[in-house]
Amino acid sequence: MASAARELTPREASAHPAPEAVVVRFAGDSGDGMQLTGGQFTLSTALAGNDLSTFPDFPAEIRAPQGTTFGVSAFQINFGSTAIETAGDEPDVLIAMNPAALKTNSPSLKAGGLIIADEGEFTARNLAKAGYPDGVNPLHDGSLAKWQVISFNISQLTMDAVKPFGLGNKEALRCKNMWTLGLALWMFDRPREPIVDWLKGKFSKAPVLADANIAALNAGHAYGETAEIGGPMKQHHIDPAPAEPGLYRTVTGAESISFGLVAGAQLAGLPMFFGGYPITPASAILHHLSRLKEFGVTTFQAEDEIAAIASAIGASYAGSLGVTSSSGPGVALKGEAMGLAIMTELPLVIVNSQRGGPSTGLPTKTEQSDLYQAVYGRNGDAPMPVIAARSPADAFECAIEACRIATQFMTPVMLLTDGYIANAAEPWKVPDMSGYEPFPVSFKTDLPAEGEVLKPYARDEKLARPWIKPGTPGLLHRIGGIEKQVDTGHIDYAPANHQRMTDIRKDKVDGIANHIPDQEIELGNATGKLVIVGWGSTFGPIHQAVRRARRKGLDVSHVHIRHIWPMPKNLGDLLRGFDKIIVPEMNTGQLKTVLRDQFLVDAKPLNKVSGQPFRIAEIEAAIEAALA
Amino acid sequence: MNEMTTIKTSPKDWETDQEVRWCPGCGDYAILKAVQRTMPELGVRPENTVFISGIGCSSRFPYYMETYGFHTIHGRAPAVATGVKLANPELDVWIITGDGDALSIGGNHTMHILRRNLDCQILLFNNEIYGLTKGQYSPTSRVGTRSPSTPFGSVDRPATPCSFALGSGARFVARGIDTHKSLPSVLKAAHAHKGASFVEIYQNCIVYNDDVFAPFTEKKAAPEGQIWVEHGSPVLFAGGTKGLALDHQNLRLHVVDVADGDWQAAGVIVHDETNRGLAQMLIDYAPGEGGPVVLGVIYNSPRPTFDSAVIEQNEAAAKGKKPDLQSLISKGQTWQVTKEPHAL
Ligand code: SF4
Repeated sequence: MASAARELTPREASAHPAPEAVVVRFAGDSGDGMQLTGGQFTLSTALAGNDLSTFPDFPAEIRAPQGTTFGVSAFQINFGSTAIETAGDEPDVLIAMNPAALKTNSPSLKAGGLIIADEGEFTARNLAKAGYPDGVNPLHDGSLAKWQVISFNISQLTMDAVKPFGLGNKEALRCKNMWTLGLALWMFDRPREPIVDWLKGKFSKAPVLADANIAALNAGHAYGETAEIGGPMKQHHIDPAPAEPGLYRTVTGAESISFGLVAGAQLAGLPMFFGGYPITPASAILHHLSRLKEFGVTTFQAEDEIAAIASAIGASYAGSLGVTSSSGPGVALKGEAMGLAIMTELPLVIVNSQRGGPSTGLPTKTEQSDLYQAVYGRNGDAPMPVIAARSPADAFECAIEACRIATQFMTPVMLLTDGYIANAAEPWKVPDMSGYEPFPVSFKTDLPAEGEVLKPYARDEKLARPWIKPGTPGLLHRIGGIEKQVDTGHIDYAPANHQRMTDIRKDKVDGIANHIPDQEIELGNATGKLVIVGWGSTFGPIHQAVRRARRKGLDVSHVHIRHIWPMPKNLGDLLRGFDKIIVPEMNTGQLKTVLRDQFLVDAKPLNKVSGQPFRIAEIEAAIEAALA
Repeated sequence: MNEMTTIKTSPKDWETDQEVRWCPGCGDYAILKAVQRTMPELGVRPENTVFISGIGCSSRFPYYMETYGFHTIHGRAPAVATGVKLANPELDVWIITGDGDALSIGGNHTMHILRRNLDCQILLFNNEIYGLTKGQYSPTSRVGTRSPSTPFGSVDRPATPCSFALGSGARFVARGIDTHKSLPSVLKAAHAHKGASFVEIYQNCIVYNDDVFAPFTEKKAAPEGQIWVEHGSPVLFAGGTKGLALDHQNLRLHVVDVADGDWQAAGVIVHDETNRGLAQMLIDYAPGEGGPVVLGVIYNSPRPTFDSAVIEQNEAAAKGKKPDLQSLISKGQTWQVTKEPHAL
């Protein structure tokens, strides 16, 4: 969402909704390069000034058998001339590169939508692989009647286009995605130049491949221009979306979190140490950070999730900003070490890119089901701040906030994001870094006064303890996971001491609420009949649903929580100002439970755990039902 | 270890005011004394020294050393140490661990710290038992060990710590005994080696596994039971009357008698601490409960450390680049929006 959330003017609200946004879904076999096609289409769309949101939807298997339904990889983009906050409910256009892609993706297509299919792939063999009964071809049997279908032999047209380059059959067919992209660029009046430049760069070592792909791209574009397809196949022009003036770029959540962590370390004046272990969908953060060594970033691919966090704790102990990242199963393994960071009161940022669970669950699908794990998932009374990002662009701010809290309060902080945010791209107004308030860390170096003992667990006004780096003369001391004496940090099992230390650790984290912004209302009034309370990547669909409902005159507001733990101080009163509370979540009701527990409010759940983001319509329906 | 300006300290300077909480008579006391005696000889600064431990009786060690110390969680000391060393390579890092901590719950980390060759000293106190949890058998307990969890005797075969270390790619492998006078010299050698130095210390648990090493540690058993190796010297024991020779036919070490000190005539081998094949044979040389057991610096063949490689690469990759965050985030495919948002 490039534009700031805003209330619609009465004129806007009453205006006939213009065709201001289009949802296109590219679907094909994993080997067809659909993610690449989608990514490049996204780029040209961003350059055309549209607001946009994307949803890469790919299989868990790296090389699923070709042509099968579980090998289908899809990329959806929603773009338009107004604020876009979701990847769109129902595609207007489906580009299906084979029967399996058609079969798995056509059910979500809008009635009356357009299907473009590669006829050349609808062979008896491929139809069988997609599970169509013998002799059935959906392109010809009338089963697609509620949509408009255009099919032509993209495979053959691509082969013809790249013939002059003398490629083998297989290599020639690989250019199919560029042909398709060329056609899509024509349909939506997008420039080809950035793609041509990109191809030249990508194939700089194999200019023949660059030329062949460019030829395919041009051929697809020319096909749209000249072929008399007629009917539904026409050129659309989508105006640029209104946006604040400034420099923009597209950004995925994984990129923005990496940038945000680097920014956070810089604002704290610290080198960063990142300990990670490969896991989907969190690995991208490790990949990005490992290229940023000039920012004082050391990355360490550890032997397992536990070593990843333990090394980060070690680095924090030695005076770096320790960071680790994973997804649910890996975060579960890190649990004991988080307790160590809580007990030793060392700063640490733990990023959880949530995915479907439990256990291995749905590695490539998105879910928000690790909220309990983040807030409660450790042994003992182990309070830890939790922050949740709502979008790829927001993840930048959240990463900085996590670094600020970790270093200012000497505590581990969990930053929640999810597979959707990590992979999705959206336009991002590049922030001016000089606008961020630094929060420099000062290590303790002064010796205790004459007659005083060293107090590594003394407290400042925020209840944070001093950060003392090994290597500092005169301040030698030992820390560890065993309960420590108030102030001195010596081992102490005494009952009263444990009570006090437990209270201090809790009060410290609770007190963070005094140093975070009050909860704001994203849309609507501060009191009323209904509030929709969300967190994380459900922001887009909730916001759009509330906006649409308000346009119809319904009394509904949207509250979206960034600080999951501790919660903003005014949140309880804010929620109590509404007659009804609905909490849409991609889990079975976790934030709902926390809200009930914290504020004794009658929060009602709205849940979805299909691995797919909420549709706007689903939330809209819940709003209408609640206010009926 | 690091090249630092050496300073003068006494063993007292390395003692803390904390009450030591091991059982009276535990071998850990002797090791603590040996370490505190060794530190002044290294000429290192207490504030640049960090002791990092996991969980177990041995892992209480850092509390008793007047240095920086981190008592971490079970098995994870090598991982914490890796972060400490990469964040500040100037620090002199010691890891204190036990047989359960290093070879059971933390086996994975022990393997990887050794293969990476992080510059540190790893002291594994091997008492062949879980002491802190009250006496269960451990991964180094011998077959048949009776314990609360194995009332009829353990049935699984033990791991050999030094063999594990060598197999993991360790470049320094040594053995010592808690109460033996040579322990400080082994520790000094471990410190002098740049890289991960692995030292197994036979440690007597007086409460749960008393005298398990007595067959070769007891005073009268020692001459026949202990073979102390030294680089460049013949591998002799029993007061020079016996030695190890290579059975060329079967590629095995065997004991030979040495008459009148003529070890050459007896075919006794000369220890070469850089010879990995020999190190493996010496580690595995354990003919029976009574020994003889090979002790001292068994393998010492340094190669570049993990921390130096990481820092080198960090520096090379950062060379000539400015850490300009504004330009980093402004890079890539960007576009400029100039107009004010248009009014509808
Ligand atoms: S239980 Fe054994 S190893 Fe532990 S302190 Fe007592 S004697 Fe030492």
